[in-house]
Amino acid sequence: MNPGPVDLASLSVIILLCAPLLVSLLSRSQRLLIYSGFALTAAASLLAVFAGAWTVWSGETQKLIMLIGLPDLPFHLRLDPLAGFFLVVIGLLSFFVSVYSIGYVKGFLGKRSVTSLAIFYCLFLAGMYMVVLSDDALIFLISWEVMAAASYFLVMFEDERIENRRAAFLYMVVAHVGAIAILLSFGVLAGLATGFGSFSGYTFDAMRSAHFPVEWATVAFLLSFFGFAAKAGVIPLHVWLPEAHPVAPSNVSALMSGVMLKTAIYGIIRVTFDLIRVFPWWWGAIVLVFGLVSAVMGVLYALMQHDLKRLLAYHSVENIGIILIGIGLAMIFTAFKLPLLAALALTAGIYHTLNHAMFKGLLFMGAGAVLHATHERNMEEMGGLIHLMPWTAALFLIGCISISALPPFNGFVSEWLTFQAFLLSPSLPSPLLKLLIPMGAALLALTGALAAACFVKAFGVTFLGHWRGHHRPNVREADWPMRMGMIMAAAACLLLGILPTLAIGWMDAVPQQLIGASIGTSAGAFGWMWLTPVAYQRASYSGPIVFFGILGIVIAAYLLLHVRPGAIHRVPIWDCGFEKIDQRMQYNATSFAMPIRRIFGFLFNVKERVRTSQQTVHKAFPKKLYYSLHVRDRFWGWLYKPVIRASFWGSRKVGRLQQGRIQAYLIYSFVTIIVLLVFLR
Amino acid sequence: MNLYPFVMEILQVLILLAIGPAFVGWVRVLKCWAQGRSSAGLFQPYRDLRKLFSKDVVLAENASWIFRFMPYLVFGTAVLAGGIIPILSTDLPLAATADVIVLVSLFAIARFFTALAGMDIGTAFGGMGASREMTVASLAEPAMLMAIFTMSLASRSTSLSYMAQLVMSGQSVLRPSIVFALLAFILITLAETGRIPVDNPATHLELTMIHEAMILEYSGRHLALIEWASMMKLFLFTALGIAVFAPWGIASSADLLAVAAALFFMLLKLGAAGIVLVLIETGLAKMRLFRLTEFLGSAFLLATLGMLSYFILE
Amino acid sequence: MNIHNAAQIISFLAALVLLCAFGMLVQRRMYGLIHLFAWQGLFLSISTAVVGFVAGKHHLYISSVLTLSLKVVLLPYILHVLIQRLKIQKEVETVVNVPMTMLIGIVLVIFSYHLTAPVREISTLVTRSVLAIALATVMIGLLMMITRRHAVTQIIGFLAMENGLFFAATSATYGMPLVVELGVALDVLIAAFIFGIFFFHIHTTFDSLDVEQMARLKEGD
Repeated sequence: MNPGPVDLASLSVIILLCAPLLVSLLSRSQRLLIYSGFALTAAASLLAVFAGAWTVWSGETQKLIMLIGLPDLPFHLRLDPLAGFFLVVIGLLSFFVSVYSIGYVKGFLGKRSVTSLAIFYCLFLAGMYMVVLSDDALIFLISWEVMAAASYFLVMFEDERIENRRAAFLYMVVAHVGAIAILLSFGVLAGLATGFGSFSGYTFDAMRSAHFPVEWATVAFLLSFFGFAAKAGVIPLHVWLPEAHPVAPSNVSALMSGVMLKTAIYGIIRVTFDLIRVFPWWWGAIVLVFGLVSAVMGVLYALMQHDLKRLLAYHSVENIGIILIGIGLAMIFTAFKLPLLAALALTAGIYHTLNHAMFKGLLFMGAGAVLHATHERNMEEMGGLIHLMPWTAALFLIGCISISALPPFNGFVSEWLTFQAFLLSPSLPSPLLKLLIPMGAALLALTGALAAACFVKAFGVTFLGHWRGHHRPNVREADWPMRMGMIMAAAACLLLGILPTLAIGWMDAVPQQLIGASIGTSAGAFGWMWLTPVAYQRASYSGPIVFFGILGIVIAAYLLLHVRPGAIHRVPIWDCGFEKIDQRMQYNATSFAMPIRRIFGFLFNVKERVRTSQQTVHKAFPKKLYYSLHVRDRFWGWLYKPVIRASFWGSRKVGRLQQGRIQAYLIYSFVTIIVLLVFLR
Repeated sequence: MNLYPFVMEILQVLILLAIGPAFVGWVRVLKCWAQGRSSAGLFQPYRDLRKLFSKDVVLAENASWIFRFMPYLVFGTAVLAGGIIPILSTDLPLAATADVIVLVSLFAIARFFTALAGMDIGTAFGGMGASREMTVASLAEPAMLMAIFTMSLASRSTSLSYMAQLVMSGQSVLRPSIVFALLAFILITLAETGRIPVDNPATHLELTMIHEAMILEYSGRHLALIEWASMMKLFLFTALGIAVFAPWGIASSADLLAVAAALFFMLLKLGAAGIVLVLIETGLAKMRLFRLTEFLGSAFLLATLGMLSYFILE
Repeated sequence: MNIHNAAQIISFLAALVLLCAFGMLVQRRMYGLIHLFAWQGLFLSISTAVVGFVAGKHHLYISSVLTLSLKVVLLPYILHVLIQRLKIQKEVETVVNVPMTMLIGIVLVIFSYHLTAPVREISTLVTRSVLAIALATVMIGLLMMITRRHAVTQIIGFLAMENGLFFAATSATYGMPLVVELGVALDVLIAAFIFGIFFFHIHTTFDSLDVEQMARLKEGD
């Protein structure tokens, strides 16, 4: 028997599950551990990419039943185009990050043991691969928990700091509340598939072949959407994300933000389009609204940050929102029986999933390189790094351009496709939706523009200008493995941006599988150079021409202007003749975002205070000004504080049961047994 | 192979390069007349550019490659956009490269790098300009998209050539949606090209400046390229408006006479657009930065009303 | 002028009426407001005349002329005089968050479109699509009265609401009977006079036309 893609994928998971054994054997020699451990994960990731790409390419579905697991409940694995696509997304970024980690993790050498990091890194990857491979509720939830637990330990890696422990705890709580909702959702689906008496409905196949009454299906959908949204960081369930991502090691943040959130997207698509299949349009509207809110609020929160990794974390919220917009539109179009438009919207959503994995991974790797070199996360202290870290700066810039949805890089293509899906909303039959959905397009445009503003800030404050801090650390450029990881991700960003036709043609099997329609043929009708998602009269885009056109004109202009050698005089800064300029007068992250903070300030809890010092000649000329700014998340006060208070209150009530005396506990057990015996005779 | 489209393509780019400065000159001349001053003539922008090109470059010590790359990129995007917008002819080989949304994003990438270059030197002015420019752009973007949405409703397309052809072929109808979209587009153009009341292109060394603040440290050929590109940008936005709202006269057949007529009509419409621009600019005062939310909010309102009236009234 | 062209002209005028309503919603200056109100009346009067011509209802001509004389000439004139007498020409209102008000206005338009959908389906009139706009104009007038603090702007909001009602009547049923219309016109005129008298009293009592000042009238706490 020839090995199929699913065998390759399983092999990859097996390698990742066995790797911890090897790693723990090597814990004596940490350097060798890093090289061999991450080389192994890189290889396993490549294997997964290969398996996934093959599946999507062939459009075939393969299954595997493993006779391990609980008695009578074997594990079902299945590799269909949807799973294959996410396998590629996860595998590709895992590969880049594994290469990057070889350099990055070396930064911990001599400071702490990295054995646990390597072990949980392998388990984390294995968990993610298994989530997309699993084909029954049992193994899905097991893999989901493996992924969550492994990432919890990864967030906790530098556990001597209290903020890390707090962040990891918060993450764990939200992840588990979500997991419970997912478990309940699967319970509802399985129960409806085969009746609540039997347990055979736990396979996804049983759910696929069942017909759900719409009320119960709605319950299942809402539960699973809540659960997956908690994992994806959809507003208002996003609070763990900006806490956990900054404190995790940067290679882990890259994976968590780049691909772990995508498993939640995978879950939403799997449950709605594959398991439930038939749904009313307002499910899509719910997804769309949450997507829009996450996109706009995510980017606005990001603009308020001055911690580079926190900023990137909030951008994950934004991009998850954009992906959900695509999926929500696809759901609405599907519900109104417009499969072609649904395919366009879904393609936009999953394309953005792939793109976001690439550029967010790249950006977190870049932020990691900066952190590695400067030991600083606060952007207010940085500046001028482009001179010291030219490679990192250029690669980070590519990430910035991509995430800001600017052509010719990849983020633009998927946002453009989302816009095209929006522009087709007038073909919906409902008049009210026709009027309301365009507002969503406007919000998406706002998001894109604000993201560009945010990344001008992020790049400008971190890499440009002068060093803003007081102590200037000895900064060294990232080493080659780190650079390689980033270069590959940047190349992926560029290629996905200028060759979208090929990428869309490749991922065509996914909408074909889920919706029964695809846009590959119309998108690539004019060859690889032209992307025409619906019809060429409607809209078209040519990535290669934009890229090479601009490049060509730039080179031509450069050469033309350098025919006559013009002298370049390097002089001190002019600044309108102002002489006493120093690096503290530069714009920083807070001041850059000031106009936007003022305009959109009503969405936050902004506390801004300016205090002047006392000893002054006149109050118009204070000696010193003290400025303090606190921007808080309103959701924390609205949603979480009451829950926290209620649970503390409940705990105190329940805490009265704690007597500390052994007799009391024995009475509890005794009473419990009596009650059980009475009721379960 | 039919060479005509390629000839038109090259002709369009040449016209863009050549007439862009003259259009700005025309606006300045009109403005001088309107304000009772004597003007420097239609060709002053060319003389300015020549002067700048012949000068040496004075570069700040800590300028990075981004600072030196930006002028070329801004120039490149403007020239490429000139090959896409149907200025003279709708039959362009590059027309399918970009629809309106891509075109707007092309200007956005130029703006992105301009803002970065503003922050590169590390002066307060540069950062201020960058911050304001990105703020204004983010407020203009939803309005722009809504205007595009409204315009694309009737033509069912965002491809510029098709939109232009459709308007030309259709009988003239009184569409409130198009009027609203046009009004919105004018407001957005004022914001995107940095005209009064959003930004003042004539001001230097004032705390109100936006675009000038970012390019304060530029000199020589770099400054020349930036200035040229911003002149072309004004031209291009006008041409974009003409192509979408009043494309009559743009050649759609391979005919020398048609091209000559297209050229004539283009000049005529540009002249008229200049008059409108000057009327707005002399009639309004520069707005405070935080009043711009209202200005661009009105643009968004107009565009949205256009969309609504398409569905409600048409 | 065939029926198709007429429908287009009416739609266009409806769009302009709506635009005026939005303009009044966010206009800060007193004279600007009055001018916008006059423009709205003008568009309304033209559209009434067009409807009258198309539908062959000649009494609509009378209401058109009535609108013209009352809402374009007389009422703006009265308000003008009022503002001059009270010396509040330069007063600029501190309007609440303008973009937010605009967004609420847009939502109201969509809402009224949704509300009038059933009418639109059964009606056969040329003007049926205008009904949503008319309803939206009424709502925006009310929104204006809610968001504004100045007494003069409140009365303009009130008059704009009346414009919307009038427009709704024209578009839904080709106008009310002439007697009703005359009565309404008289009412509006008298209302304007009474408002004017009240303004003088408010102004002399509080030395301001800010209706927030009236909060002082409540029982002491």
